[in-house]
Parts: sequence; structure tokens; C-alpha cells
Amino acid sequence: MLLDGRRLLITGVLTNDSIAWHTARVAQEQGAEIVLTGFGRGMRLTERSARRLPEPPDVLELDINDPDHLRDLTADLSKRWGSLDGALHAIAFAPEDALGGNFLNTPPESAQTAFMTSAFSFKTLAAGLLGLFEEAGGGSLVTLDFDNRQAWPAYDWMGVAKAALESVTRYLARDLGPHGIRVNAVSAGPLATVAARSIPGVDLFEKAWGGRAPLGWDLNDPEPVARMVCVLFSDWAPATSGELIHVDGGFHAIAAGGGE
Amino acid sequence: MDRSEIENRIKNLLVSELGLDESRVSAEATFEEDLEVDSLGVVELLMALEDEFGVKIPDEEAEEIGTVGEAVDVVEAKLAG
Ligand SMILES: NC(=O)c1ccc[n+]([C@@H]2O[C@H](COP(=O)([O-])OP(=O)(O)OC[C@H]3O[C@@H](n4cnc5c(N)ncnc54)[C@H](O)[C@@H]3O)[C@@H](O)[C@H]2O)c1
Repeated sequence: MLLDGRRLLITGVLTNDSIAWHTARVAQEQGAEIVLTGFGRGMRLTERSARRLPEPPDVLELDINDPDHLRDLTADLSKRWGSLDGALHAIAFAPEDALGGNFLNTPPESAQTAFMTSAFSFKTLAAGLLGLFEEAGGGSLVTLDFDNRQAWPAYDWMGVAKAALESVTRYLARDLGPHGIRVNAVSAGPLATVAARSIPGVDLFEKAWGGRAPLGWDLNDPEPVARMVCVLFSDWAPATSGELIHVDGGFHAIAAGGGE
Repeated sequence: MDRSEIENRIKNLLVSELGLDESRVSAEATFEEDLEVDSLGVVELLMALEDEFGVKIPDEEAEEIGTVGEAVDVVEAKLAG
């Protein structure tokens, strides 16, 4: 199997629609051992979702902005496994006034929150886990992006944070490569998750996808994204780092069409 | 399972899982206004219902649920097949 014996940390599971939940499922089916993290009030949901996985994994608490949580998490993983082979960063948040067409009026604090939780947090996670990756002789870090090399309707400061995340991915690849750690971003097409539903106007680009993606696109099927993340966790992308890999039905390659 | 049993189990869930005050939970109570359940709470409620009754509630049907009684309706219809 693709991930036999791999030990993976998966953040970002909220419901069983979460991209991270499907990644955890595929990873388990491919032989990986996993631990999930949950956040704040969502912890109870994460625990519920964990019980819906093929083998219910443990759930540890991680607010990525809380250094104590990260310290406890790495201490737990050290005791549990002693090392780590891969981690998925599936964390994003932007306050309401940073989304949905309020770009010119968003207060700086809200833009900053979006940046901290959605972009800087990838560095926070990577730095926290570095020692565990070193024990494994290297590893693979993956984040989930929504391609923001261009502007979208409604996405606003979350989009700016995603553009920063793409850049963080490249700088992490630069600094962690010498430790044998690959760092990549998977850019997904729109998927019907709690995070996506919280963006007012998200349906605008969801509509565009159907007509434009050459391969077609199913909003309710995160499995193609989950599979790509698992490929990046495996031995089958050994010289790929600092990359932005699209799993979007080919949408990004096509300039017009769709939207009907 | 008859309707009153479904209703009782749902009321118990609301108290034990969502931490709602038992005295406020009636069939007519709306989740958003009367019970002040926010969007994350609604997501939790739906998953709790699915786990409790072993049913799957798709988004379109979830949107129909505004009151405790309507949650009972949806579960009852699901269990009836
Ligand atoms: N759904 C889409 O259309 C789509 C497309 C491309 C990329 N993405 C990205 O995928 C990732 C996962 O989102 P999803 O769509 O599966 O939605 P989701 O709502 O299931 O997941 C978002 C997760 O972020 C976590 N989170 C938020 N703030 C946190 C914090 N401070 N500390 C720790 N965790 C925190 C939440 O607990 C939740 O699990 C996000 O980065 C999102 O931007 C989503």
C-alpha cells in the first residue's frame, strides 16, 4: 500500500465533509497511522468525525495560534511515535468582514487574523514539527490552497492570505529541504465544506467551475484532493518541493467559459 | 420507533450534546432564534442526529430544519424510508 507504516498528523478535520477527513480516510486505507487535531468548540465535531473513519484515531487539541497547544502536541507525538513522516495543514480562517466584497473596508486587524491563521500558521506548524521530522530522517508537509495568483469574487483577504500561503510554501521548501523535508501546496477546486459555506458569494465561482474545468468538477467529492495529498506523503514524489499542484479538474489552465 | 420516542431522543441529544437548557426545548422552539444555536452548533446537531439514528441527512433536507419539531419530521421521514 502507498502509505504502509507512515505516521501522519492531520489537522483541519471538522466534519466528514472536510478535505482533511477524506485525506485521513484515504491515508488509513493506504496503511498509514494517523492522529487528528481539533480546534476550540469544533473539538467535539472532530471527535464525532473521527469515529466515522475506518479506524477511529485519537484527536489532540490544536489552536494553531496557541504555542502551549503546539508544545503539548509535539510532546504527545514524541512519546507516541518518536518521529513523524508527514503532516497536513488544512487550517484557514478569516473574520466575516474580511470576506464577501468588503475588500476596501476591511479593518487591518481582520486582514491580519486571516494572515496569521491561514498563512503564517503553516510556518508555525512546520517549525513545531521539525524535530519529529528530523527523527524520521525527513518527511512531507502539505498545505491546502485555493489558487490566488489571480483575484476572485468574494474571497478578498482570505485570497491575500492564500497568496501568502503559496509563498510560505516556497520559503519553507527552501529552509526545510536540507532536512530532507518536502513542502508542497495542493490547490483544490471549490468543495462543499463548512469553511466554503462561510464565504458569502462562494457560489459565484462554484458555478464557473462546472462549465470550465475540462475534466468536470464535483463540489461534493474531495477524494481527488485527498489522493493527491496522499501521493505527496508517499515515496512517489521524492524530488517535488515548493510546488503548487492543482487538483481542480484542469480549471486553472482555461481562461474563459463556464458561469452558465 | 414512534414519533414521541424520536422527539424524546432528540430532546435528550439537545441537552446532552449541545448543552441546551431542557426547559427551553419544545417542539415549536426555533434553533436559531429561541435556542440560539449558531452555524457550528447546527452542524453539530446534524451530525449528532445522523449518529443517533443511523441516518444520512443531505444538505437540502437539513435546510428544512428550523425548529425542533421539524428535526423530528426529517428524522421520522428518514426512518420510514
Ligand atoms: N472547500 C474549498 O472549496 C477549498 C478549496 C481550496 C482550499 N481549501 C482549503 O482547505 C482547507 C480545509 O478547509 P475545508 O474546506 O476542508 O473546510 P473545514 O471547515 O472542514 O476545515 C477548516 C478547518 O480549519 C480549522 N481551523 C480554523 N482555525 C483554526 C485554528 N486557529 N487552529 C486550528 N485549526 C483551525 C477548523 O477547525 C477546520 O477544521 C482550508 O485551508 C481551506 O482554505 C478549501
